[in-house]
Amino acid sequence: MTSENSKIQSIIQNSPTIDKVGTEERVARFQTRSIKGDSKLMGLKMALSMIDLTTLEGKDTQGKVKQLCYKAEHLHDAIPGLPTVAAVCVYPSMVSIAKKALNHTQIKVASVATAFPGGQSPLAVKIADTKFAVDQGADEVDMVISRGKFMEGNYAYVFDEIAAIKEACGNVRLKVILETGELATLDDVRLASDLAIHAGADFIKTSTGKIQPAATMPVTLTMLMAIKDHYDKTGVMVGMKPAGGISTSKLALHYLVMVNEVLGEKWLSNEWFRFGASSLANDVLMQIAKTVNGSYQSADYFSID
Amino acid sequence: MSRLEILKTYKIYIGGQFPRTESGRYYVPKNGQNEPLGNICLSSRKDVRNAVSAARKATGWAERTAFNRGQILYRIAEMLEGRKAQFIEELILQGSNKKTAEIEVNLAVDRVVYYAGWCDKYQQIMGAVNPVSSSHFNFSVPEPTGVVGIVCPENQSLVGLVSLVLPVICGGNTCVVIASESLPLCAVTFAEVLNTSDLPGGVINILTGAKKELISPLASHMDVNAIIYGDNDEEQWKTLGILAADNVKRVSRLSKDWTNPENQDLYQIAETLEIKTTWHPIENIGGASSGY
Repeated sequence: MTSENSKIQSIIQNSPTIDKVGTEERVARFQTRSIKGDSKLMGLKMALSMIDLTTLEGKDTQGKVKQLCYKAEHLHDAIPGLPTVAAVCVYPSMVSIAKKALNHTQIKVASVATAFPGGQSPLAVKIADTKFAVDQGADEVDMVISRGKFMEGNYAYVFDEIAAIKEACGNVRLKVILETGELATLDDVRLASDLAIHAGADFIKTSTGKIQPAATMPVTLTMLMAIKDHYDKTGVMVGMKPAGGISTSKLALHYLVMVNEVLGEKWLSNEWFRFGASSLANDVLMQIAKTVNGSYQSADYFSID
Repeated sequence: MSRLEILKTYKIYIGGQFPRTESGRYYVPKNGQNEPLGNICLSSRKDVRNAVSAARKATGWAERTAFNRGQILYRIAEMLEGRKAQFIEELILQGSNKKTAEIEVNLAVDRVVYYAGWCDKYQQIMGAVNPVSSSHFNFSVPEPTGVVGIVCPENQSLVGLVSLVLPVICGGNTCVVIASESLPLCAVTFAEVLNTSDLPGGVINILTGAKKELISPLASHMDVNAIIYGDNDEEQWKTLGILAADNVKRVSRLSKDWTNPENQDLYQIAETLEIKTTWHPIENIGGASSGY
């Protein structure tokens, strides 16, 4: 047995099984916290600043990406003092467009890579895809793991692939998408998280947004626990990004509560926590407008994207 | 052994479901003999919010064919007819005598049929081809305003509600209805009729409770496009006007004697319709000029 193999064996052996019922009960308790008034407004603004504003459609055009970049910077100018989102997330072919549009801002450009969303391509293609995104100027890369190999039990392949992409990224931060909707159990989610963290992920991310269910709270809690265990053991922080299916501000606040109670305040910044979302931003903006103006809002008065 | 009577729980109607108010509160309105009418949901502003978002989600109602909307409205009349006895009983409990109760229920059914008939006809009457002095085919068609808030009159609890709600949905709008506060029974039972009559959930949403509390969130809601006020309280009417101005809602006041069979017409449908005019470029062909 090679040393590499024994490392993977040790990751598998040390990856705990997950109590599904217990996880669901703990999640239910996070959702009972009542956040009102000033704390709510703060939480909503924090959620806004953590959004990776995303467009990953086959029909994306340069115009659409430019529009999205403008939105990222000017979320809703009618309300002064709003933060910008954390990043704009696009396909590799759109990175240079987004980069140009956001050059004068602090907003990052994230690019999906590695034959997103299926990930069913040879490693060489995935590395080339990643290098292309990095060369175009991406600040962050969102890769997908090979779920097929994971299901076959070829964990070494999954591990090596993440490590190879990490190498191709260089200094660019790497988010590893587990696509938890395709991993059947929370035990698998935990194991995939552990593999990704040990292989060098800067962030672990739930989903591509193309598969249902996307991000759920139990899945996210399982991943947060993997991050916490790693941090307790090594002192190394890993970021978390739930993506897909988080479209209401109430749910976003519940996620923030969960991050705070599981990992602590250190993770409550967009350096360590992100929401992958497209429609969440408008719902948060409408909630902020409701808090500021007192009346319930209408989507008619907010930009579509 | 005598049988224990099962009392009905009156619930509100949102998005095709019968939830209790999210606030968990209730009130007990009484009739003239000081008998309690029932435990009625005292809805809150969050129920208004939920009802408006249900109404917004149901705007596919306008996409149905006019003929199909007519069929569904007619189905409402059929279901209402089948439950006449229950409505009469409730009206009597609320203080009507048997004869007026019967007249009111019959009139309500007839009025539903009246507006069912208009569903695929008002477009022809209200639409027009307009003469213009350029090479355009210029035509106007009525389209629904959108989500409409309706405040029902305090008395005439069944026919008042039917007379205000039916023209609104006939025109393809969806609505949030605030029922009579003192006489709410028929409103809730009417919701049960709606729920069994093919009307998609969310097209009509019915809330019970204190008008003073519910009118403000409804009138200030940016996603409500029009409000029809059917009551007679000057204070409420004034508040409504001020709050509705924020997003320039259409506001109309309709207080009539709804027990009069004459008080039903096309213009009531027009209260919540917008006219869209299209200029379509054409060539002048043959001897025809652009006069048409």
